[in-house]
Amino acid sequence: MDLRSMLEFPMFQNAFMAGTLVAIVAGVVGYFLLLRGLTFAGHALSHVGFAGAAGALVLGIDPVFGLLAFTLLAGMGIAAMGKRIDERDTTIGVIMTLLLACGSLFIALYHAYAEQAYSVLFGTVMGISRADVLLTAVLFVIVLAGMAAVFRMLLFASYDPQVAEARGVPVKFLAFVFMIFLAITVTLSVQIVGVLLIFTLLVGPAAAAMRLSASPPRAILLSTVLAVAYTWLGIYVAIRQNYPVTFCIATIAFAAYVLVRIFEASPLPRLFAGGRRQTSPTVQESAA
Amino acid sequence: MMELFHQDFVRNAFLAGALVAVLTAIVGYFVVMRSEAFAAHALSHIGFAGATGAAVLGISSLFGMLGFTASAALAIGALEKRLRGRHIEIGMVLAFSLGLGVLFLQMYSNSASEAVAILFGSILSVDTDPAAVRWMFILGGAALVALAIMFRPLTFASIDPETAEARGVPVRFLSIAFMLLLAITVAEVVQIVGILLMFALLIAPPAIAQHLFRRPAVVILAAALMGIAFTWFGLLLAIWTGYPVSFFIAGSAAATYLIVVGLSHVIRPHHFRPPEHPDREFVDHPQHQHAHPHTHAHTHEHRH
Repeated sequence: MDLRSMLEFPMFQNAFMAGTLVAIVAGVVGYFLLLRGLTFAGHALSHVGFAGAAGALVLGIDPVFGLLAFTLLAGMGIAAMGKRIDERDTTIGVIMTLLLACGSLFIALYHAYAEQAYSVLFGTVMGISRADVLLTAVLFVIVLAGMAAVFRMLLFASYDPQVAEARGVPVKFLAFVFMIFLAITVTLSVQIVGVLLIFTLLVGPAAAAMRLSASPPRAILLSTVLAVAYTWLGIYVAIRQNYPVTFCIATIAFAAYVLVRIFEASPLPRLFAGGRRQTSPTVQESAA
Repeated sequence: MMELFHQDFVRNAFLAGALVAVLTAIVGYFVVMRSEAFAAHALSHIGFAGATGAAVLGISSLFGMLGFTASAALAIGALEKRLRGRHIEIGMVLAFSLGLGVLFLQMYSNSASEAVAILFGSILSVDTDPAAVRWMFILGGAALVALAIMFRPLTFASIDPETAEARGVPVRFLSIAFMLLLAITVAEVVQIVGILLMFALLIAPPAIAQHLFRRPAVVILAAALMGIAFTWFGLLLAIWTGYPVSFFIAGSAAATYLIVVGLSHVIRPHHFRPPEHPDREFVDHPQHQHAHPHTHAHTHEHRH
């Protein structure tokens, strides 16, 4: 089946449309996620979303709303913890565990929904309806508009929080705002890659882009393009070969990242950049 | 209630639970001290690929998981110095292995409940394969012996790697050996609480104990006792109510952690000491300590 005949099916149209929207948001938000050193928090947030989705299933409402509520709350909590980074990993891990435990209880309470819980965990790109695409589009517009509104401030605050604070940038407020965007992004991506692998779309493209370009606008653009490319290629291969979509996207993202690392270690980048550094020191420090 | 204990699988579950709780208390103490929580978390996800891969090949999930976690642990241990705080790299490997797990799962069966069992564990099914149970005890016992032998040098190397190296402690070898022990521990914990809830037994008890006590031996003892308490409490409630055991174990561990941490902030703000954390903040940037004389004083006091 080639791409043209594939796109005649509404099911695949929906998959590609929703996939594109999710990938664009994940590419932009993922860049800031890495810049702010919140990799583990992003991972935890997606796990928390699982508990929300499972809880919503128990209550009989759409999992998306449960997801949104739980990720928003957890995101606020992580943002409120703020700078006490020495304790953050442990606390995030424990809170994540508590909520996951609740998720496992919810599954046990409603055996009939094991299938649905599975689809929340691993994504259901082929089960996306037009209504889902619409909801995705609405959330997409909200996140991108919000990001555009605070873009410069957020970039400043993420790169150098101390200087930004001294210059009067509302750093604390921005941390909360970013967590809200992250929570919405996690909610969005669930349909495509599922809770367990959102991480792939958030971290994979951004990690590769950050290594390829030191300029933030270019890195964000690159990260977005890569995310869309991974998603399209992943969905295409998944449909053709009948592999799980999550597996395809994760493998492509991982392979691309490894290639970037190999490219970086080779003498090629110096030829392109004329001997300049590839990544700024700030990026590496906040990623650590 | 007592006649429950005449059943083999219940006894197995309680014994295996106790063994794992002791093992995780000791290993978890070092994980928290070396701030490798995220690496441990990633190892458990790598174990997901191992467990599902083993199902495809038709071998025991314990061995599949061990194969994957042990090789990943060797890689992490070998790269340890450059890997400290490298959340992005660990995250990429984590995402990839999850994807691999999903593929194996689809090849093996499309059963959703199978996936949920691996992710959330099922201690009461530990007895399904008697050979696996025996191996669990053998490996767990061997890990405990190894920990006892390397306890002192490992403590030294974890608290102050540079000084330890200067004194001739084989820091690199120790970090690889510790990672292997962590791999064994993760493979065993996952049998009981599943991949997603491993944190409950590995991180929560040592973290709670570190908030309450200072001496390493006391911390480890308290962590082990708490681990056993959580596990047995969870098992009893699970048998009694019929709800998943991992929920009760993780729930009680996480709730205790949050209560203890909350109280330590409220009740004794002056005696409160954050968990030992010789990560990039302190080890890689010694000048950082001068910026925070308070923290420095605490770290110093602890070392003596």
